[in-house]
Amino acid sequence: MLFTSYSFMGFLLVLFCLYYIIPAKHQWKLLLLASYIFYFLAKPIYLIYILVTTVSTWFAGIQIDKVQNTQKAYLAEHKADLDKETKKQYKASMKKKTWHWLLACLLFNLGILAVVKYTNFTISNINSLVQLFGGKPLSFINIIVPLGISFYTFQAMGYIIDVYRGTSKAQTNPFRFALFVSFFPQLVQGPISRYGDLHESLFAEHSFDGKNVAFGLQRILWGYFKKMVIADRMLIGVNTLIQNPDRYSGAYAFAGMLFYALELYADFTGGIDITIGVAQVLGVKVTENFNRPYFSKNIKEYWNRWHITMGSWFTDYIFYPISVCKPMLKLSKHSRSLLGESIGKRVPIYLSSFIVWFTTGIWHGASWNFIVWGLGNWVVIMVSQELEPLYAKFHNRFAVKDKFGFRLFQVIRTILLMSSLRMFDCYRDVPLTFRMFGSIFTKFNWNVLWDGSLLNIGLSALDYGILSAGVVLLTTVSLVQRTGSVREKIHKKPYWLRAAVWYGLFLCVLLMGAYGIGYDASQFIYNQF
Amino acid sequence: MKKKRWLTIVLTAILILGSLFLLQKLLMPKYVADVVEGAFIAEYYQEEKNHDVVFIGDCEVYENFSPITLWQEYGINSYIRGSAQQLIWQSYYLLEDTLRYETPQVVVFNVLSMKYNEPQKEAYNRMSIEGMKWSMSKVKSIQASMTSRENFLDYVFPILRYHSRWSQLTEDDLKYMFQTKQVSHNGYYMRVDVKAAGEIPEGKPLADYQFGENAYTYLDKMTALCKEKGIQLILIKAPSLYPYWYDEWEAQIEQYAEDNDLLYINYLELVDEVGIDFTQDTYDAGLHMNLSGAEKLSHSFGQILSEEVQVPNRSGEAHLQEIWKEKIAAYEAEKQEQFTKYSK
Repeated sequence: MLFTSYSFMGFLLVLFCLYYIIPAKHQWKLLLLASYIFYFLAKPIYLIYILVTTVSTWFAGIQIDKVQNTQKAYLAEHKADLDKETKKQYKASMKKKTWHWLLACLLFNLGILAVVKYTNFTISNINSLVQLFGGKPLSFINIIVPLGISFYTFQAMGYIIDVYRGTSKAQTNPFRFALFVSFFPQLVQGPISRYGDLHESLFAEHSFDGKNVAFGLQRILWGYFKKMVIADRMLIGVNTLIQNPDRYSGAYAFAGMLFYALELYADFTGGIDITIGVAQVLGVKVTENFNRPYFSKNIKEYWNRWHITMGSWFTDYIFYPISVCKPMLKLSKHSRSLLGESIGKRVPIYLSSFIVWFTTGIWHGASWNFIVWGLGNWVVIMVSQELEPLYAKFHNRFAVKDKFGFRLFQVIRTILLMSSLRMFDCYRDVPLTFRMFGSIFTKFNWNVLWDGSLLNIGLSALDYGILSAGVVLLTTVSLVQRTGSVREKIHKKPYWLRAAVWYGLFLCVLLMGAYGIGYDASQFIYNQF
Repeated sequence: MKKKRWLTIVLTAILILGSLFLLQKLLMPKYVADVVEGAFIAEYYQEEKNHDVVFIGDCEVYENFSPITLWQEYGINSYIRGSAQQLIWQSYYLLEDTLRYETPQVVVFNVLSMKYNEPQKEAYNRMSIEGMKWSMSKVKSIQASMTSRENFLDYVFPILRYHSRWSQLTEDDLKYMFQTKQVSHNGYYMRVDVKAAGEIPEGKPLADYQFGENAYTYLDKMTALCKEKGIQLILIKAPSLYPYWYDEWEAQIEQYAEDNDLLYINYLELVDEVGIDFTQDTYDAGLHMNLSGAEKLSHSFGQILSEEVQVPNRSGEAHLQEIWKEKIAAYEAEKQEQFTKYSK
């Protein structure tokens, strides 16, 4: 059920009505039912996967909680009898037990993710090697990749790590936990919520709050605008450009790079707007996933503002644990003594970052283009980190840091850098991406940007007009957001004015949306991850 | 305060729904200038419904038979309910719909659409279905006709289908928002121009000549419905040279007519008898008749209806005379208009 389908809208309508009709204490049960229906309708077999992850993680959580409770009770009971060393030994033995549960849960669930998502990728790489030596290639396996498996697995694994760390209490009710894992608005493209952030509002009893519901619906509408008016319209041009790389190289590739950046932004943030809006109508508070990322002044800042929940997940659950793990501390010691303090201290950070970006890349998709894309980000971040002293010197000499022109330059530079890296995602083929990127600088056909050639890629002058207006609107909204919620601002306006604003937006989606016959129903890009 | 709040909500709802209704009216195609076939189905509802003969089918009925000729020569009060590539299930539900208003003595069905067993093109579906008034027949026709990319809701709220037409609006869209222009003559689509038929190639061999199960189901339903209502169903194959009519298809229809005791006339075999001259009587090289061909065919078929089927001559009824007088005037006016246009 695509978020942009009539069936999804009908599904929401029925759910919203039922949600506020039934007794509030049953609301979370209805959400669980709705989430499972949503997932079942995608493909019934998906339910098996999500159930396995849910049950195994819930069970491991309970076991960890039990060990932790036993430890607490034992220590409280024997507070006076135990010396410091015995306490330490006892704690270590209990920690080991919880660690075993955690490890088993992680290996089991990440194993499922790895098998369904990466088996054929692994086989394909093995085959490439085997063929080099004239061997017989292995056959690919026919395996179903459940919708949103990367998202719900990461969400469940975040939970079990939090329980292990003691930052979250284990959920004793398996059905409530099942809802946390399967909450349908965020099931297919995130955000990757933390249990601690989501559980209270998810299981709370909600009475109808007109303002909240209206705000939720407004957010949904804004998401539809981004997805249907901008992303799906842009998709037509992007598809033409990337599917015919030999014909559309040079300046076309440059245009395609920017078009894809716009499409991806509108598609992903639009999808998240719909997710958060749906949750808000239901009274559930879902973590924000974007903070005007295209206003970032550098890549590091960009990654703090784009797909925030994924970034923080990798930071908290991969980067930090790796950075402080024993082998890494040993490596740090060795590298400092071997390479000196200045270079040696960087080695563990670079290595941890490398692992994080490699994982980020492969999480997005089982192919080399995503891995190279992830590592490309790593290179850019590391290089910019190394260049920081140089930047500092520059800023000491030239007082441009707070000048509008320089800030604009930084924003444009970041957009261009991110967009060029996104070409790996766009063309989905590493050599081709390098070739197309190279063609931007070697094939001098810049005239195609203004001689009308871009009118032959499936987009008319009217489409460009709509897209330009859409970009202006997106930019304006982002600028207004700097001083607070746009919806709150509109809410303070007279009734007829705000009614006109929202109805105007609705008409834009209705009349200018790229939907129905003549347009291809396009899946959200992040659904594929 | 509470009253004012409710008043505001109601007023807002009225304004929103009203404007959406107007927008939908504006955006829907009017079928008055190009592709007028899309307007045929809806025109029926403006008619006085006491026809003795109703033709049901695709372009092979609405371009090949002239109800005006049938009236002028035989006093037969007839109407054509047809649209472009009207599939057999659409014809069946259109017949169901027609029978809600009247019970004619004869229903004439053109059998070419038996060749289609599955939904075909969305654009033709729209032309065949959209003009129907809402009833269970329309609902079922939509359900039977939708291609995989279509959605029922788009028929209920056509604005969802035509939402992007705002960039192609013409003056006609505004002019005909609430009124329509008569584009057919009792369902007949007039063309007076001539394009002679050239060499018509033999039909390409088919993998399977058997008409589909679905097509037969609806033909059976049509036959049963007519029997139930005491209507004589006549099957015809118009003398269109293309799409090619295979002997194997002919045999199946002949057999069906025999099994169900139906009159079946294949005009492809009566071309000389009717006097059709494919150098003069077609406007698109043999696919459809022009006015001259349609009048010849109507003359011939009218004779059968009148003499063999005993359809009454109602030319003496004053009330009908009044109605047909107007229709004939419009027919003659368009004929002159088209002759002028095509003689330039």
